[in-house]
Amino acid sequence: MNPPLTQLQRLEAEAIFILREVVATFAKPVMMYSIGKDSSVMLHLARKAFYPAPPPFPLLHIDTGWKFREMIRFRNETAKKYGFNLLVHTNEEGRAQGVNPFDQGSNLYTRIMKTDALKAALTKHGFDAAFGGARRDEEKSRAKERVFSFRNQNHAWDPKNQRPELWSLYNTRIAPGESIRVFPISNWTELDIWQYILAEKIDIVPLYYAAQRPVVERAGQWIMVDDDRMRLRPGEAPENRLVRFRTLGCYPLTAAIDSTATTLEEIVAEMLLARTSERQGRLIDHDESGSMEKKKREGYF
Amino acid sequence: MEGTIALDRAAVEKLLSGKEDQSLLRFLTCGSVDDGKSTLIGRLLHDSKRLFEDQILTLERDSRKWGTTGGDMDFALLVDGLEAEREQGITIDVAYRFFATDRRKFIVADTPGHEQYTRNMATGASTADLAVLLVDSRQGILTQTRRHAYIVSLLGIRHVVLAVNKIDLVDYSQARFDEIVAAFGELTAELGFATKVAIPLSARFGDNVIAPSPNLAWYKGPALLDYLETIDVTETEAGRPFRFPVQWVSRPNLDFRGYAGTVAGGSVAVGDEIAIAASGQKAKVARIVTMDGDLPEASFHQAVTLTLDREVDASRGDLLVAAEGRPQVSDQIAAHIIWMSDEALLPGRAYVLKTATRTVGATVSELKHRIDVQSFQPHAAKTLSLNDIGFANLSLAEPIAFDPYEENRTTGSFILIDRFSNATAAAGMFRFGLRRATNIHRQALTVDKAARADANGQKPTILWFTGLSGAGKSTVANLVEEKLHLMGCHTYLLDGDNIRHGLNRDLGFTDADRVENIRRVGEVARLFVDAGVIVLVSFISPFRSERAMARELVGPGEFIEVYVDVPLAVAEERDPKGLYRKAREGGIKNFTGIDSPYEPPTSPDIHLDAATETPEAQAERVLAHLVARGYAGSHRR
Ligand SMILES: Nc1nc2c(ncn2[C@@H]2O[C@H](COP(=O)(O)OP(=O)(O)O)[C@@H](O)[C@H]2O)c(=O)[nH]1
Repeated sequence: MNPPLTQLQRLEAEAIFILREVVATFAKPVMMYSIGKDSSVMLHLARKAFYPAPPPFPLLHIDTGWKFREMIRFRNETAKKYGFNLLVHTNEEGRAQGVNPFDQGSNLYTRIMKTDALKAALTKHGFDAAFGGARRDEEKSRAKERVFSFRNQNHAWDPKNQRPELWSLYNTRIAPGESIRVFPISNWTELDIWQYILAEKIDIVPLYYAAQRPVVERAGQWIMVDDDRMRLRPGEAPENRLVRFRTLGCYPLTAAIDSTATTLEEIVAEMLLARTSERQGRLIDHDESGSMEKKKREGYF
Repeated sequence: MEGTIALDRAAVEKLLSGKEDQSLLRFLTCGSVDDGKSTLIGRLLHDSKRLFEDQILTLERDSRKWGTTGGDMDFALLVDGLEAEREQGITIDVAYRFFATDRRKFIVADTPGHEQYTRNMATGASTADLAVLLVDSRQGILTQTRRHAYIVSLLGIRHVVLAVNKIDLVDYSQARFDEIVAAFGELTAELGFATKVAIPLSARFGDNVIAPSPNLAWYKGPALLDYLETIDVTETEAGRPFRFPVQWVSRPNLDFRGYAGTVAGGSVAVGDEIAIAASGQKAKVARIVTMDGDLPEASFHQAVTLTLDREVDASRGDLLVAAEGRPQVSDQIAAHIIWMSDEALLPGRAYVLKTATRTVGATVSELKHRIDVQSFQPHAAKTLSLNDIGFANLSLAEPIAFDPYEENRTTGSFILIDRFSNATAAAGMFRFGLRRATNIHRQALTVDKAARADANGQKPTILWFTGLSGAGKSTVANLVEEKLHLMGCHTYLLDGDNIRHGLNRDLGFTDADRVENIRRVGEVARLFVDAGVIVLVSFISPFRSERAMARELVGPGEFIEVYVDVPLAVAEERDPKGLYRKAREGGIKNFTGIDSPYEPPTSPDIHLDAATETPEAQAERVLAHLVARGYAGSHRR
């Protein structure tokens, strides 16, 4: 007899079960693809779940127009390499109006370019289930969310009225217009993600590795100057520093950290010795500690 | 903050070497509200150095804003993640927290203590291997402690730790601790735990949480974390029969047909003989396919794709099992049920049952008893309400393969889903089959429904009139029957009042009796359809699910829902039998529209406006519907 599965193998098997359960029971699933390390892991798991068939759903990227260029390049290469049907959706109205993280502030910007865009894309395509790469260890309101998270016609989450979710018996029944957000890697920690990337040799965006990059300092954090749309404040001059990203969002809402880690092993070692949590680098969660819950109730992932 | 570093260099190197496989322990904390569950988890996270600097800063800020501990850090705020929870200072839903030590990784489910959120507690318990049951030293064992101990045992958790918390508030008294432990011993005597350990501690001040405390010098056992790091909860898989619920059939091309699923019991190797549980068809495992290459063997919990050496008839919901070592197959199963919906359980009402990957229609055919969580004793009951636990017989639309829950958590567990709201109404554990499905053979008849219908020259169907009392259902139904009769159709009218005087005279007007009433009428109507008759049913039938159940008793096109629609005010105004007046005066209980709900059809086949149209006009509309669809009049002899 084989030895029992390791802890990482258990997490992998659990995620595969969840991915298959959705495909078997929903009419039109989609996988949210945010290009970050969690998305990379989720995509890898999807390839495993349906092998030898390709994953039977498209990828959806909500492009705010403010993604790092390396992310977009990586996204396009990945889709091509594995033959994924990649859908890219942007809130064109917001773009035309020039909504951006500088003038609108992170809250309004996130609502228009991410939450509203996401809701519009899901409605437009009629997706009834959407995979997301959120983990429960990321944030307090995520820690409370079900693996199969029910959303009403307006894509809103009702945290006080979640369906009981026992064993691995997921209630997949919904009425027309309602939908489910599904989080296959709910039970993974940041450490699990890195260990798995290491073990499975999963490709990730180069921004996770340390390199010389032009940055400015804001509120004690390093903000990368990715292109000339980045507005410098009086007195700010980009300097080159050896930095990397622990988490990837929109710039300038995601900060880089000082690091010399240029290999996966070094990244994991650095992560294990870390003194701050990964969401620290995301200005979006900072406003107040209930801000993620509020966004989720409005339909954010 | 001193030493918030997660792991040291040596530990990091060990992890990176890839050789280190830390085991995982999934546990839950439970107990009555305010016993300190959230505080304990916060303390574990904090003292095991799993908090990052920014999290500690947030915690300090939140403690000042919401905290219940004066100026100190309120660790409960680390886990109470919803706004409502922080405002009310209570836990509403289960939160999952993660931490690791050098020895082990942990997933903790912090579950709510309030009775009204018991279903969320059960959610947390269903995936745990161990329960930490808290009590407040001052209070000792409370009703919720008993309820949670019972649910933990019901869900098959074999290991419990009794955390005797707030020991600081009883002066670290050994006598008090001993007293609580003795009471706990009695409480759990028959709950079948494999291990139980009691630990005195103070979550707030950290005594005995991660290290022994000088305040508790009389206590010689391990501190909580120490115990959690070392306890062995693995169940032996050796010798358990192979179970594999088919989740998805993989057909990427014509040459490949694979059954994707997760091993839910035992293991399987290439060449093993397996059977499809329900049909008994056998085959051998040809390949075990994964993206990492074919495997010789798949173990418990592993997600794989199996191919078989011959064509079999299997799809999602089927259970592949060891050819030797088969599960039970039945459509009548006795089970424990935890009720989780605000709407009470009604025996006879149709629900959707999901077990493993199988979904099937189900009713609770008989509620044997409800369990009193104070005494753990059975009590007779007609219904189960939110958070009740009961033992019942289930009747399924088709036979399914299952195992008793104590033998297999996956093939032995199920949920019941409300057909209309889609809410998860209950969770349950199969115990035993009531009869072998293989023993029931329906009488195969030579003169069948089609033959009888033909002889009558009509298409048999149920015309189901629903609506408030006084809407005019019986008047319209009578007119329709007269007209059909004139056309030479064979008809029969089942009327609420008549049936209640005979067949159903033992039934009253509680929700449970209303369900049974409609079930019987549905069955009788079905027999008439079988006999080739057009049967008119005139019943208030206020609940959607019962009407849906009646619809499902017959074939497609054999059930026509006629909604006789009047506003309540109009019906009450008419009040032909004086019933509304009596109900308003309190003389009749559970009267539909007054103190019992009427759920109007969402998409009736025929919608009659009984407030403005005459009964004659309404009857003509029903008739036109029947003729247009060939139920009557087209090929009359
Ligand atoms: N003195 C003392 N207070 C405690 C202890 N554990 C928890 N508390 C307090 O008891 C209250 C309820 O705790 P909480 O963790 O919210 O309980 P829960 O409802 O079980 O999650 C809070 O005010 C805590 O600070 C303890 O060991 N000693």
